[in-house]
Order: sequence, then structure tokens, then C-alpha cells
Amino acid sequence: MRKFKEFVIEKLILICGIASIFFVILIFLFLLKEGLSVFGTVSPFNFLFGKSWYPISEPPQLGILPLILGSLLVTLGAAIISIPIGVGCAVYIAEVAPGRIKEILKSGIELLAAIPSVVLGFIGMVTLVPLVKNIFHLPTGLTALSGSIMLAFMAMPTIVSIAEDALYSVPKTYKEGALALGATHWQTIWRVILPAASSGILAAIMLGIGRVIGETMAVMMITGNAAVMPNSILAPVRTLTATIAAEMGEAVVGSEHYFALFAVGIVLFVISFIVNVTADLFLHKKQ
Amino acid sequence: MRNPHRTQNIAFFFLLVTTLLIVVPVGLIVVIIIQKGLPAINWQFLSDVPRQGMRAGGIFPAIIGTVYLVSGAIIFALPIGLLAAIYLSEYSKDNPLNRIIKLAIVNLAGVPSVVYGLFGLALFVIFFKFGASILSGSLTLGIMILPIIITTSREALESVPQSFREVSLSLGASKWQTIRHIVLPNAVPGILTGTILGLGRAAGETAPILFTVAAFYLPQLPKSIFDQAMALPYHLYVISTQVPNVDEKIRYGTAFVLLALVLFMNLIAIIIRTKFRKKKKW
Amino acid sequence: MVTFDIKNLNIWFESTQALKEVTMEVLPHEILSVIGPSNSGKTTFLRMLNRMNDLNSNLKMSGEVKFEKEDIMKIDVELLRRKIGMVFALPLPLPLSIFDNVAYGVRMHGLAGKTRMAEKVEEALKQGYLWDEVKDRLTESAFKLSGGQQQRLCISRTLAVEPEVILFDEPCSGLDPISTAKVEDAMVKLKEKYTIVLVTNNVKQAARVGDRTAFFLSGELIELDKTDKIFTAPKDKRTDGYIRGKFG
Repeated sequence: MRKFKEFVIEKLILICGIASIFFVILIFLFLLKEGLSVFGTVSPFNFLFGKSWYPISEPPQLGILPLILGSLLVTLGAAIISIPIGVGCAVYIAEVAPGRIKEILKSGIELLAAIPSVVLGFIGMVTLVPLVKNIFHLPTGLTALSGSIMLAFMAMPTIVSIAEDALYSVPKTYKEGALALGATHWQTIWRVILPAASSGILAAIMLGIGRVIGETMAVMMITGNAAVMPNSILAPVRTLTATIAAEMGEAVVGSEHYFALFAVGIVLFVISFIVNVTADLFLHKKQ
Repeated sequence: MRNPHRTQNIAFFFLLVTTLLIVVPVGLIVVIIIQKGLPAINWQFLSDVPRQGMRAGGIFPAIIGTVYLVSGAIIFALPIGLLAAIYLSEYSKDNPLNRIIKLAIVNLAGVPSVVYGLFGLALFVIFFKFGASILSGSLTLGIMILPIIITTSREALESVPQSFREVSLSLGASKWQTIRHIVLPNAVPGILTGTILGLGRAAGETAPILFTVAAFYLPQLPKSIFDQAMALPYHLYVISTQVPNVDEKIRYGTAFVLLALVLFMNLIAIIIRTKFRKKKKW
Repeated sequence: MVTFDIKNLNIWFESTQALKEVTMEVLPHEILSVIGPSNSGKTTFLRMLNRMNDLNSNLKMSGEVKFEKEDIMKIDVELLRRKIGMVFALPLPLPLSIFDNVAYGVRMHGLAGKTRMAEKVEEALKQGYLWDEVKDRLTESAFKLSGGQQQRLCISRTLAVEPEVILFDEPCSGLDPISTAKVEDAMVKLKEKYTIVLVTNNVKQAARVGDRTAFFLSGELIELDKTDKIFTAPKDKRTDGYIRGKFG
């Protein structure tokens, strides 16, 4: 009797063990199921590279290039801001900061990671957006730049914590060896520790950027949501994620618009899949 | 001639600046929300329904909705996540299947939150015909927090010394008895930490509930899990962007309640973690 | 009837061979000491007897081990481990109270209900020569005991599930001489009721308590004989060298 009970439990454990695989596949399948229909109306090429997104005009124009470029522009901006700051902060925490301050800084970073994106979006709207508007004398502060700055903040916790782990896992002997040769602490960091941790740091950057590409609420609240080809970082843009979030509520189930939004979901899923698998490879490459 | 020590001082200065560039704004964000949000908080704000097109009244239905959603998510995700963690920590061997499971978890953690929303819409709302409901929203959030629960629970299980397992097995206890009576009880604090972090994440997410549950304005409370509900993060989004002329106090107040809720859960998780570390018996 | 009958036992960890063609017997109610330098395969040998080696999936074996005439691979592993108890190198109390440590195995096997449990625990602690020291503090954490007490607690815990054989894996390696003496005393008395296999790094210990002694080197059983014979007139030069080396 006990044996039978344990047999059942162990099977249940196995099933739950592979549940993650099941859910990833399920998500992808359901995106495909709803999203692929759009290619009856528009070819994959025109979908990805079409320059106009007018999903409710007659006939609908379903080109997501402006959205892709919007996402890219915002992401690029966020990357330029968050990578140097994030990696710098990771080095500071891992190597320079003394014990107690280190713990405080780490809690600060954890705090940032915990703030819901809608709260960051709200704060961005009431503080950052007017600031950008006034500094650059713009008609509106809801721009790609505002989005980039806010998203940079959302990428930083990921970048800092994973990069710090990578720096921390560099064997102590490397550091001691370099210091024993008379190198300064900074020379040791720059020439020995950073190169040794490079694949982990690269993974940190990729995962941080992955977070940015997938971020929805904050970006929808502060980038202005203009689904046009972006021509300046100081103009409103619309990202892939914001498009889904903003339009799905109004799309009629089973319409071209509905299918197209799921197809955008497929694009996002594929991007995040590639980013995560690559980052995982980098993380497991080290040593 | 370059002076290596001067270079070092300059470099460390810049590292400090990058750190301050993160930490100071974080501090500012929290301070601003507390400063402007706290005055809005009173019993009426917390216990009343929104009135005058959400321009007055309170946020009670949104708080209750979030509590329901988060509870539902955890009821779904904790058993599956915990058993998955047990599988990874106690049963899986170093083989390709194990690699694929870990990769799947990483991917599940990386799927954009709005894509979870789409998935929940397609699977729960439409395919299973649950409609936009607390059930659909909870399940969607549940799958989203699964990776957090699996990862933290697995770490907790793996931190239980291998020797305890050997002792238990050497006494003739079965593998499951060993897990049930030795491994799990000693991993409880870590599992609890992960669960609370998952709760906090579920409470703060907006995109996954946009099309699966969230009601724009629904002054009465939900009666069953098949009802729509308001939720705090969505409510904040709505009153910040969709409704014109909402008093700033109400917006900050809502942001404050949401932030306080999420940070409170994180704080509990941190307290459990540190307390347990100090108390560790081995 | 011999307790263990081992024939041509080979064990490999991945590509390295840990045991080579070991053939020997373990007799009832004896203390068999197993000595040898580290990596001689003696612990692998010990962990074979109660199939703790099963936990290592990289391990392969050939040959045969019979416990009371039955192939151990065919016996239910939980029953086998109940009948063949094990005491580890370091004292390893479970993170439970003293009482619950001893009761643990009994509960897992359902050997006693709530009413009989206290009796069982007392009996086991008495057999492990610990009862008098802990009878007033049974609900305290086992980690509060001294190292020697912890090791005797582990012995009691093993005895509580009523084994026939007890395997000791260098049980005194972490203990001071006084605690060691107490554990050795316990072992000698236990042999009345149980068969004991003692793996030890301490040659003197083997000489003190063993009825017979087996000498392992690089995975091979070099010599197995009465303890006084091994220590006074070993047949093999390597045995002699090892014992002398240790005696300094």
C-alpha cells in the first residue's frame, strides 16, 4: 500500500518536473494557433517588413516594421544607458564596496527589481516625461528617449545581479596571483577579473536586454504610442509589446487584427527564446 | 608617466558614480511615492469603492481583486512548482532531459509578460471558455510565477546537506519518506521565501491580466472565480492613462498601496531568509 | 550460515576500478575489521553491503553478494538496509530531537505505534550506552550533544530498527580518545547480538576490537585472517608493510 502511494507520488513529481517543458510548448503552440492565420491575409515578408500598421482600416494594413523599429530604438537606447551603468555597479558591488555597504547596495538593487513596472511607468509619467519635454523643448515628453531611460532602470537589476554573480565566481587565486605580481586592485579588475567573468557578464547583458524587449506597461505609458516609422529618439514610438497591450482589448476575437496581434506575440516569443537560450549557453560556458 | 594609483582612484570614482546613478533614483522613487501617496491613505480610501468615474472614492475592489488573483495564482503554482523543484533536486540525473527542463524554466522566466497575457487569453479565456475571469487571470499569473517558485524551492532543497539523505536512506527509509520527513521540513524557509517572492511578482504584474481578468471599472466585488475583477496594478494604469482629470492624490495613493504591498512581501521574504540563515543548525 | 558470501565482486566508478575480484565471507557474530590505506576500496566495499552504492549512478558492478544466502540485489532495498544498519564516519544526527532521531527509522518502518515508541527508544539508547546521559533531555536537539554522544546516538538510531548487521565506516575518525574508547566498548558488547563490519583507518583499533581482519590494497583483498595472525604473522609482505608502517 505504502509502495503504491509512493509510486503515484513519484510519477506526479516526474510529471511536474517536465511541466515547464510542457508549458513552454503550450505557450508557443497557442500563439501559433491564433497567430499563423494572419498569414492568410498578409505574407510573412510583408508582415515583418511592411511599413504601415493600420489594423482597423479597410482593408487592414498589417506591417509591423514600425513596431519592430520602435522596440529596437527603445531597446538600443536602454542598452546604451544600462550596460555601462549596470556593469559598473556590479564591479563596484563585487570588488570595491566594503562589506556593510555592499549588503545595502544589494538590497537597493533587489528593491528596484521588485517595483512593479506599472509603478515605474507611473513615476516616469509624472517625473521623467515633463523633464524630457522641458529640456528638449518638445511638444510632448512621451518619447522613445523617456522609454529608454525608464527601461534602462528595469534592465539594471538583472544586469547587476547576474554580472555580480559572474564576477564573484572568478576564482580567488586569479586575483591573488595578479595582486602578488604588484598589480593595483584596479589593474587586477580590468586585466584579470573582468576578462575571466566576460561570458557571465555577456549573459547578464543579454538577459537584461531580453527583459527590456519584453517589458510592456512602463513602455506603453511613456513612449507615446505612435505606430509610425520612428525618425528620432525624441519622437513618440510604439513597441511590439505596447501594441499588443494597447490593442488587444479592442480587437474582435477572430478578426485579422486579433490574429495579427498574436503574430506579434510569436515574434516576441521567438526573440525572447533566442535571447534566453544564447544567454544560457554563455552562462554555462564559463569554466 | 601614468600613475597606476591615480588611474585606480579615477576608475573607482566612476564605478561609485554608476552605482549612485542606480541607487539614488531608486531611493527617490520610493521617497516620492511615500511622500505623495501616504497623505491619500485613509480608511475610506482603502475600504470604499471608486466613485465619480474613479475620480473619487477608494480602491477596495482593486485590493480585493488583487488578493483573489494572487491567492489563485499561488494555489495553482505552489504545488506544481514545488514538485518540479523536488524532481530537479532529488530525482533528475545529469542528462539531456534535465538540461532541457532547466532551459525550459529559463525560457518560461523570460517570456514577456504581455505574451503570457496573450497565452492566457487564447487558452483559458477562449479555448477553455473560462471567459475573462479570476480563474483565467490566476492561472495565467500562476504559470508566470512558476519559474520563480521552482528556482527558489530547488535551491532550498539542494541546500539540505546530502548526508541527511544518506542517513535516512541507510536506516531503510524510502526515497519519498526521506524527502517528506527530512528534506522538505528543512527546506521550508527557502520554499516560503520563493513563494512570497512569487506572490509579490504576481501582485505587481499588469500585462498578463489585461485580457484575462481585469475589469476597467467594476464597483461591486466578484462573487465567484468566473467573475471579472479589478486589480491594483491595472487600476493604477487606468487612472494614470485612461481617465482624464483624476486627482493626483488618488494616483499616488494607489501607487503607494501597490508598492507597499509588493515591498512588504519582499521584506517578509528577506526577513525569513536572514532569520533562517542565522538559525541554521548545520 | 554465513552472513555475507561475496564472490568475485568488481566495482567500477566510471573507468576506474574500485574493487577487484573480491571473494570473502563475513561470519555471524564476529567483528570483522577492514583496514587499508585510503583509496584501497574499503569504504566502497562497506557501502556495497547495504547497497548505499546504489546512490551513485556512475557505478557499475559485477559478481555477487549474498546476504544469508540471498542475492542482495534481489532483496527489497529498504528491508535490506533495515537489516543492515550503518554508522557513518562523522556523527550525523538528523536535525531532530534526540528522541526523534532514534524513533525516526522505527516510524518509517512502522515497527512501533505511539505507545510502544518510548519503550523502543529507551531500549535502543540503553544498547548504545547513551540512555543515562540523555534520559532527561530527550526533547532537546541532537546537535546539542557532544561528538562522542552524537556518535552513540547514531548507533542507537541504527539499533532501534532491529538490524542483524551493523556496518561501521571509520566511526571514530572524528572523536577524541575517550569517546573512541566508549564507542569501541559499545561495539564489543554489541557483537553478542549483531554481526559487525568495521572499516577503520586506525590499525590499532582493528587490533583492539576485531575478531578477524581484512586488508585491502588498491581494490584488492590482500589477506583475511584472524586478527592476531594478521598482526603477528601476516602471510603477505604488503600486509606486514602496512601494519609496520602504521606502527611506525
